[in-house]
Amino acid sequence: MTQATSQSAAEIKARNKQLIQEVLKVYPEKTAKRRAKHLNVHEAGKSDCGVKSNLKSIPGVMTIRGCAYAGSKGVVWGPIKDMVHLSHGPVGCGQYSWGSRRNYYVGTTGIDTFVTMQFTSDFQEKDIVFGGDKKLVKIIDEIHELFPLNHGLTIQSECPIGLIGDDIEAVSRSKSKEYNGKTIVPVRCEGFRGVSQSLGHHIANDAVRDWIFDKIAPDKAPSFESTPYDVAIIGDYNIGGDAWSSRILLEEMGLRVIAQWSGDGSLAELEATPKAKLNILHCYRSMNYISRHMEEKFGIPWCEYNFFGPSKIAESLRKIATYFDDKIKEGAERVIAKYQPLMDAVIAKYRPRLEGKTVMLFVGGLRPRHVIGAYEDLGMEVVGTGYEFGHNDDYQRTAQRYVKDGTLIYDDVTGYEFERFVEKIQPDLVGSGIKEKYVFQKMGVPFRQMHSWDYSGPYHGYDGFAIFARDMDMAINSPVWKMTKAPWTNSPQPTLMAAE
Amino acid sequence: MSSLRQIAFYGKGGIGKSTTSQNTLAALAEMDHKILIVGCDPKADSTRLILHAKAQDTILSLAANAGSVEDLEIEDVMKVGYKDIRCVESGGPEPGVGCAGRGVITSINFLEENGAYEDIDYVSYDVLGDVVCGGFAMPIRENKAQEIYIVMSGEMMAMYAANNISKGILKYASSGGVRLGGLICNERQTDKELELAEALAKKLGTQLIYFVPRDNIVQHAELRRMTVLEYAPDSKQADHYRNLAARIHNNGGKGIIPTPISMDELEDMLMEHGIMKAVDEDQVGKTAAELAVQSA
Repeated sequence: MTQATSQSAAEIKARNKQLIQEVLKVYPEKTAKRRAKHLNVHEAGKSDCGVKSNLKSIPGVMTIRGCAYAGSKGVVWGPIKDMVHLSHGPVGCGQYSWGSRRNYYVGTTGIDTFVTMQFTSDFQEKDIVFGGDKKLVKIIDEIHELFPLNHGLTIQSECPIGLIGDDIEAVSRSKSKEYNGKTIVPVRCEGFRGVSQSLGHHIANDAVRDWIFDKIAPDKAPSFESTPYDVAIIGDYNIGGDAWSSRILLEEMGLRVIAQWSGDGSLAELEATPKAKLNILHCYRSMNYISRHMEEKFGIPWCEYNFFGPSKIAESLRKIATYFDDKIKEGAERVIAKYQPLMDAVIAKYRPRLEGKTVMLFVGGLRPRHVIGAYEDLGMEVVGTGYEFGHNDDYQRTAQRYVKDGTLIYDDVTGYEFERFVEKIQPDLVGSGIKEKYVFQKMGVPFRQMHSWDYSGPYHGYDGFAIFARDMDMAINSPVWKMTKAPWTNSPQPTLMAAE
Repeated sequence: MSSLRQIAFYGKGGIGKSTTSQNTLAALAEMDHKILIVGCDPKADSTRLILHAKAQDTILSLAANAGSVEDLEIEDVMKVGYKDIRCVESGGPEPGVGCAGRGVITSINFLEENGAYEDIDYVSYDVLGDVVCGGFAMPIRENKAQEIYIVMSGEMMAMYAANNISKGILKYASSGGVRLGGLICNERQTDKELELAEALAKKLGTQLIYFVPRDNIVQHAELRRMTVLEYAPDSKQADHYRNLAARIHNNGGKGIIPTPISMDELEDMLMEHGIMKAVDEDQVGKTAAELAVQSA
């Protein structure tokens, strides 16, 4: 099945270039011209991947993207566990985003934490015609009464809010005043804004800045005593427990994690973050905005890290340690050394089963590049990757630090392109979302859902790598693939005659 | 039953659409036509002269009180006034909140689904001054108003609005069956008003269907929340509305697809009739003080 390893880089490049031409051929001329800018073959040494990104998807192509509401409610705000996140508008957006992205959290749901609950203002026709502000006031009162231990509220705008001009900011201010300065955050993340969920991340980041940071009274006593080793984990959504398996490593090396943004995070943690000594940023795409803001406003440096696979984890722990004293630097080495035997055992077990296998990815956020190291630790090779909603800075990072010469790059891939690419390249594994999963499994290609780890995880940290390795082996080496031979390809069996 | 005629009155805000339409419809009712008035203005003042009421309960306010529009019956929203004219008001939010356009759509759908148009000769839609969004264009979409009558006067902005409304009609004329029935000039006693109204009608490819002279009796009737037809049936003004009603009745099926003109053409037209003086291009955007310096 694996063709890539038997071919030279030049052959792969030529094949990939031809493949791009083949998929473009089926499009109308104008579409082909636009899509051509999003498809390329990575040339080693280039500063980016040679594709355009963060542009409007073309109608009719089956894009995999989401909307601004998905970016704000589903990604950034939703995991903050002790606040209630109201899906403000008609019921559908809330219904379909119910249950979160498996952003694990500790707490008693419905009492002091609310992540897996769904709150919606369930707009009716009359709310559209007469405006929904009165209903919002009532809902805020009801939430306050029914869930007295909630620490705050965010109002996640669905499309109609922006169309009918409801003044959710005014409602937020007046209700906040009424409830003694309770945090109420209006978020203007109407789904029609921007080209993907990416703008929703930005809007959500700005809402933290404007409605949390800017509302902290300057003379307010700090809620904790600072130490020189305070860090905040930014851009880890604790999918399947990712932030927990990351946090323990930081703590073992001597750092104190004062906030998790936003998986298993709380309002108090958001408010404490301006006191951090360093912000460590996992998902650059969704939270670089607030990290830059904290750098400018509070002078907090930030550093990107990657906790997928032992190579990148070690590299990242050492990088984080450079911001601190020798105690932490020694701590990092101690942690790396401690987990090395575990990693060696994991690699000894799985690498022989996965060596040389090829992978094609198409996911969002940081994963199109970040998981490459973890696959490489298992002897696997990523032969194609692309971002749902990446920007050029994502492709720069990908080109400069992750992908190999000749890797096929597809930005905002269309359903058709992705199917054709996989059909022609025949990788041993595809990692993408739930909408893609069954398409490829029906093509006989092993698949892992890489948005929320296919009901598994965590994948971050050393503990996560063991689970990651097991899951990839489970997908690729499942005996089920040997049973998918079509009946008409069987060689004919001789039929016994009655006389015999 | 003769086939249902669906008409609508559009025009600049304050031009006298509601007054003109109610007087004309009262005259049509006198001619034994069965009339339904659908007020599509959030102010809900399209039926007060027929009902002698300040404002009738609107579909949307009743729906909001009842829970949703599905909870209403047609009898709840329809009132019967002068000469058995049936009246409904769409209503809408107070200024500055919500979406009045969606309100119009909701109301019209409700009326259609609940058989408000059965056993009726004329449905008349009275619409907000400017077609500001898709909702207010609802009455001119497919299977709604077939003939639009634009109420205007000799004032520049009224003519500008008339031209804009024609653009809206043109847009929907190809997808639906809407046509421009004609212009109704509601006299404001501006210079060369009749001449201008006729010229604009010609430019738009239509006719000036009637020139309604100004008469204070309209005010007197209105203060008593009555049409002139009811307040002073023998007056000259009542006859004017009767004439207008007859012209509209005889105009059935004669609507046209308008040919709206550009702003420049509209200005040229005003200059032709000496209403506006020609201005040199180099004087545009200059203050009086600057012009004084320039000519000195």
